[in-house]
Amino acid sequence: MKEVIHRNSVSGILSISLAILLAFSTTLFGQEGDPDRGKQLFNSNCAACHKLDQKMTGPALAGVTDKRDREWLHKWIKNNVALRKSGDAEAIAIYEEFNGAVMNTFPQLSEQDIDDILAYTENPPASAAAAGGAGAGQVVAAEPSGVPNEVVLGALVLVFAMLAIMLILVNRTLMRIADAKGIVLPEEKAKRLPLWKAFVKNQFLVFVSVIVLLLVSAFFVYGYMMQVGVDQGYEPVQPIHFSHRIHAGDNEIDCKYCHSSARVSKTSGIPSLNVCMNCHKNIMEVAPETATAEHSKEFYDGEIKKLYAAVGWDAESQSYTGETKPVKWVRIHNLPDFAYFNHSQHVTVAGVACQQCHGPIEEMEVVRQFSPLTMGWCIDCHRTTNVKMEGNEYYEKIHEELSKKYGVEQLTAAQMGALECGKCHY
Amino acid sequence: MASNKKYWKSVEELDPSNSVVKTLKQNEFVEEIPVDEFLGDKENLEASSTSRRDFLKYVGFSTAAVTLAACEGPVKKAIPYVVQPEQIRPGVANYYATTIADGYDFASVLVKTREGRPIKIENNAEAKVNGSANARVNASVLSLYDSKRVQGPKSGGDYITWEDLDADVVAKLNAAKAGGKAIVLLTQTYASPSTTKLIADFAEKFGNVQHVQYDAISEDATLTAFEQKYGKRALPDYDFSKADLIVSFAADFLGDWHGGGFDSGYAKKRVPSNGKMSRHIQFEGNMSLSGANADKRVPVTPSQQKVALAKLYGYLSGSSVSGELPEHVDAAVKNAASQLRKAGRGAVVVTGIDDVDAQGLALAINEMLQSAAFDVKAPRLLRQGDVEGVNKLVSDMKSGRVGAIIMSGVNPAYTMPGAAEFTEALKSVSLSVTFSMKEDETAIATQYVAAAPHYLESWGDVEMKQGYYGLMQPTIRPLFDTRQFQDSLLKWIGSDKTYYDYIKDFWSTSLLGSGSWNKALHDGVFVASAPVAVAGIADNQQDDAEATEASTAVPAGNAAGMARKLAAAKADGLELVLYPKTGMGDGQQANNPWLQEFPDPITRVSWDNYLTVSKADAEALGFTNRHVANGGLNGSYAKVTVNGVTLDRVPVLIQPGQARGSVGLSFGYGKKEGVKTEMQTGVNAYALYAGFNAIQSVSVEKVAGEHEFACVQLHNTLMGRGDILKETSLEIFNTKNAKEWNVTPKVSLNHNEVEATSVDLWAEFDTSVGHHFNLSIDLNACTGCGACVIACHAENNVPVVGKSEVRRSRDMHWLRIDRYYSSEESFEGDNEVVESISGLGDSLTTFGEMEKASENPQVAFQPVMCQHCNHAPCETVCPVAATSHGRQGQNHMAYNRCVGTRYCANNCPYKVRRFNWFLYNNNDEFDFHMNDDIGKMVLNPDVVVRSRGVMEKCSMCIQMTQKTILDAKRDGRKVRKDEFQTACSAACSSGAMVFGDVNNEEDEVFALKKSDRMYHLLEHVGTKPNVFYHVKVRNTEEA
Repeated sequence: MKEVIHRNSVSGILSISLAILLAFSTTLFGQEGDPDRGKQLFNSNCAACHKLDQKMTGPALAGVTDKRDREWLHKWIKNNVALRKSGDAEAIAIYEEFNGAVMNTFPQLSEQDIDDILAYTENPPASAAAAGGAGAGQVVAAEPSGVPNEVVLGALVLVFAMLAIMLILVNRTLMRIADAKGIVLPEEKAKRLPLWKAFVKNQFLVFVSVIVLLLVSAFFVYGYMMQVGVDQGYEPVQPIHFSHRIHAGDNEIDCKYCHSSARVSKTSGIPSLNVCMNCHKNIMEVAPETATAEHSKEFYDGEIKKLYAAVGWDAESQSYTGETKPVKWVRIHNLPDFAYFNHSQHVTVAGVACQQCHGPIEEMEVVRQFSPLTMGWCIDCHRTTNVKMEGNEYYEKIHEELSKKYGVEQLTAAQMGALECGKCHY
Repeated sequence: MASNKKYWKSVEELDPSNSVVKTLKQNEFVEEIPVDEFLGDKENLEASSTSRRDFLKYVGFSTAAVTLAACEGPVKKAIPYVVQPEQIRPGVANYYATTIADGYDFASVLVKTREGRPIKIENNAEAKVNGSANARVNASVLSLYDSKRVQGPKSGGDYITWEDLDADVVAKLNAAKAGGKAIVLLTQTYASPSTTKLIADFAEKFGNVQHVQYDAISEDATLTAFEQKYGKRALPDYDFSKADLIVSFAADFLGDWHGGGFDSGYAKKRVPSNGKMSRHIQFEGNMSLSGANADKRVPVTPSQQKVALAKLYGYLSGSSVSGELPEHVDAAVKNAASQLRKAGRGAVVVTGIDDVDAQGLALAINEMLQSAAFDVKAPRLLRQGDVEGVNKLVSDMKSGRVGAIIMSGVNPAYTMPGAAEFTEALKSVSLSVTFSMKEDETAIATQYVAAAPHYLESWGDVEMKQGYYGLMQPTIRPLFDTRQFQDSLLKWIGSDKTYYDYIKDFWSTSLLGSGSWNKALHDGVFVASAPVAVAGIADNQQDDAEATEASTAVPAGNAAGMARKLAAAKADGLELVLYPKTGMGDGQQANNPWLQEFPDPITRVSWDNYLTVSKADAEALGFTNRHVANGGLNGSYAKVTVNGVTLDRVPVLIQPGQARGSVGLSFGYGKKEGVKTEMQTGVNAYALYAGFNAIQSVSVEKVAGEHEFACVQLHNTLMGRGDILKETSLEIFNTKNAKEWNVTPKVSLNHNEVEATSVDLWAEFDTSVGHHFNLSIDLNACTGCGACVIACHAENNVPVVGKSEVRRSRDMHWLRIDRYYSSEESFEGDNEVVESISGLGDSLTTFGEMEKASENPQVAFQPVMCQHCNHAPCETVCPVAATSHGRQGQNHMAYNRCVGTRYCANNCPYKVRRFNWFLYNNNDEFDFHMNDDIGKMVLNPDVVVRSRGVMEKCSMCIQMTQKTILDAKRDGRKVRKDEFQTACSAACSSGAMVFGDVNNEEDEVFALKKSDRMYHLLEHVGTKPNVFYHVKVRNTEEA
């Protein structure tokens, strides 16, 4: 801090009390910044390009105060462009080290703000670790919350076994008593016709059971045949474990941000890798909270590495190497060639939510085929769905004419002609 | 007056005793299923060790195995872009404007690309010149994916690198320069201003450089005549939309005459409006497309044509011209002259006679007439071939004066009449390089083959007509390691520029003026605002008035002298006219299966060229054509000798309308190198092209053997129904009620005659709601060019089946263009003959007599595709409801539902359904484009590729109508006027095919359906088709 001659005693007292306050509020080094506040500022202003422990667009910032002069840092953060223009060698060197990536200027940050940020870079609050610990605790705590089913079942089995033993014991005792008293139990009846012979003799019964058997097997054969080529539930292992749960679920990214072709094209489009890099240039690892019991944080971070390898991104130098390895995704939804389906018709024109056909994608860790994609399934929907024609000039005339013809206010897709063979087969 | 004349497709049909014809009339599928082939061979069956039980075991096992294998689907991979190009959205087509300039075909076109693959060529409506793609240009997209292309630079048959080639070539060029020898660039006609400049730069660097341009099919006579008269090597341009009377002497202007592209202008005047249409008189030897469309066609041999032209000049100028003509021809010429005089500026005379005097005389006549359709101010530049230069080059090469020859876009070792002489001379040149897409005849004879890109992979510019420019841009990254001629020249002169930079610089500095490069590239065309300062005629003639002055400047004696020379023309023996076929052109695209299978509009023969002979000459020489039991056409072979060069076995086709004393043979066939075996068809007519003259005196004699044609002529006969093609004359059309010349057929109902349209077996569909698609086909505007046929192939993934399958009537064309000959010269005479027939015996003899008319028949073209009947006979007989009716008027065909009973094809009165006898993709038996990975890239991903055992047919491009509807829905707007299109209607440059929604009053088709001329095909059947035709009107007004 600058040395100031304090003439006003009130301000002097105030400043002393502030100094004491600061001294007590900070833990180790007695610094002027507030690391908690600094964290907030860091996340909102700096995190797009900087991390504490890793190089990104800009350098890693942990311990930056050890490397650079504080005053210089203040100048740099406020207006790095002016600093470079002034011919500062250090500033130019760092500019060149990061391939001329221009850092934003932050005139809106006060000196105190900058100190807070710097304090955070020196001494990040250990909240993340605590949160992680708490999470683990929760998982453990969740265990004993109910009596496990196995225990209940075991107890039941035990009870039944005891009952059975008791029954046998009682029976044996009674027999013994009867023996002792000399009571003779009646002999078994004369031999009856075996059941199966009786069955065979009753031709009507045979006939009926054969019919039933045939019908039942036909039912199952039909069921089996009809599922041939229907891949509902198909959930192949993909070359990169892409979690829709994280992207569409946790982060609530709009489906059409990545699958943008769905708006205008027949295919929804598997996003090209440059779309991934829009975000993943900066997101190099997942937050610890993202990890689940099934997949650890390291696992997810490894998958992001796979993306970098595919797109040819060198996270160290923050640049593309030019060596790409296109990803060979396994196609999940395979419509046969003779069926024409257009996403934009359904997504843009009809306004159908993606989930209607693709299911709760935002909850799927790995995507599976949710719908059967059979013609019956298409037809069912076309029969029951009303065409969304409000505000669409195309439908004005035809809606008027058709609703008069069918005597309905709302037309279904089927009434618009969506059941005709040639609409999908050409 | 109604015309009920008898139409027939071949002379055989007129022979009532011909049993084959009778059988064919009854059968759609001409051949029995060949069970005997495998069951009839008793010896083999008995010798086989496989017992009946074994056979059943195999069947059982394989059925079980196949069933099991089918239970699990294959794992499919999907590989997205790493970095997706901004303009590409998977599933959405992009269009780019570009220009084809392959030295023979020049056109401004739009290219449809999907995921970066060009898949279809479309017309560029913005273009003022040649904005329409003909059949070959439509097919050119498939030549891009030709598996026979050279995939990189080669030397001595081995692939080398471009660096090696560059080093060798530059060293040898320098050596040639040092040795004082000539360096020759032998190229196609580029008509490219930037290439011209680049060649000048090249000449500056290497000194003694000669640029020789060479057209395989020469227009040298016209170029020379034009140069003599106007001082510039160019072709006059004609605007037939300004012509009321066209007199043509063997000019096939609806074909490739002067580079083609005249049909749209011509067709405009052919549709009668306000009681007027143009009149077209054609004097010609071969039956050409133009002759087939003419109102009056006079068959005359080439030498008579010359005399006739001279006489015409005589009659017009009032001078007497000697020379002998048959009486009826002389009368026709006289008549034409009087009509020409009457038509004044509305008249135009064109000629295709390959003779400088004839061309010069035609120019003089047009000037004399002050023809409005005749344009010499802005002539066409798309033929530059220099016969003299080429001849000199060969002699220079032989004498060792040439040190290096670099060829591009030419194949002289195939197209030169003295090809052997050329290849021999090539050996004495120390450096020979050819830029070629194929390892063709020339590539084999040269030291270096520089792999050239297709035009869809190249940059370029074209000046088709003076002041009218087109830009060529790549629409795909080069498929192979190719480099274009211009880029190589730049490399060799040591420039580090690419040709793209070069064009852009050149255009910015010299052409564009204030215009924008990006806009020119976007449009594909650019019209110079001020005439570009090229010295010559542009300044001489500011308008038509001055054109007249210029004509007076031409000494009258000059024209008279030409006429005198022409009048002296005499023929000894038969005259051969060499011509380009509509499908094959000059033969560059011989390896294109679409074009090979494209049936010639006139002869309806595919996969061949042949000697066309008139019936009288055929009888005299002993040639025959006959139909064999399987529906194929067989013909004799001829030995053809011109100037000592002999072609041994040329198939002979008897051509009605061929002038007696003349024979025709088409170019472009008989190519052997760089062509798949199946497509090495026909004979090479270039061998007979002595002195680059299309007219030759020839001797023809019959040789043993019989040729099997793949002719679709007798296929799908019309069951003897006669009201398929309605015709009338302009006079009747103008004066009589439509009921008289467009007769609605009558049927008997409760013993009363009523109009067929009033009776119905079925309940009507409600066609009033939503879209209702109709296709209108105007028989007056249709020239039979066949662009629609190829466009349909490209759009709908129509398979190619090969010659032997076509011969078995298994061709898959969804759209065919029927060609009908009619017997009588005039309608009245024809009607009288037909109406006077009483009884069966009489009709047989009468039709027999009408055979004589085949000397000079009238011709009509009728495109026929699925008629999309509202009461479709096919729908009612399908046992599995695979074909059903759509509310928008289309007859749907669900291929995956079809089980292949073929009932529908049997019940279709129009015979438009096509059965997939085989799997045509991934099948080595059909080694065409659908059998290799490169060729498959042309497939349209929106249309399914059909499998074996299903019926297919025209869908009225439902994928296109659906797309148009979806686009409108997505934008939330109504469908725009005339926005609906099919592949055929979009490809039709003559405006004969118009597609649209008849429930939309704005659409053109709405008005067309109300026209007097509208009729449906086979109206009496009551099918109520959604395709309708317009009665053909012929302008038969004499004088």
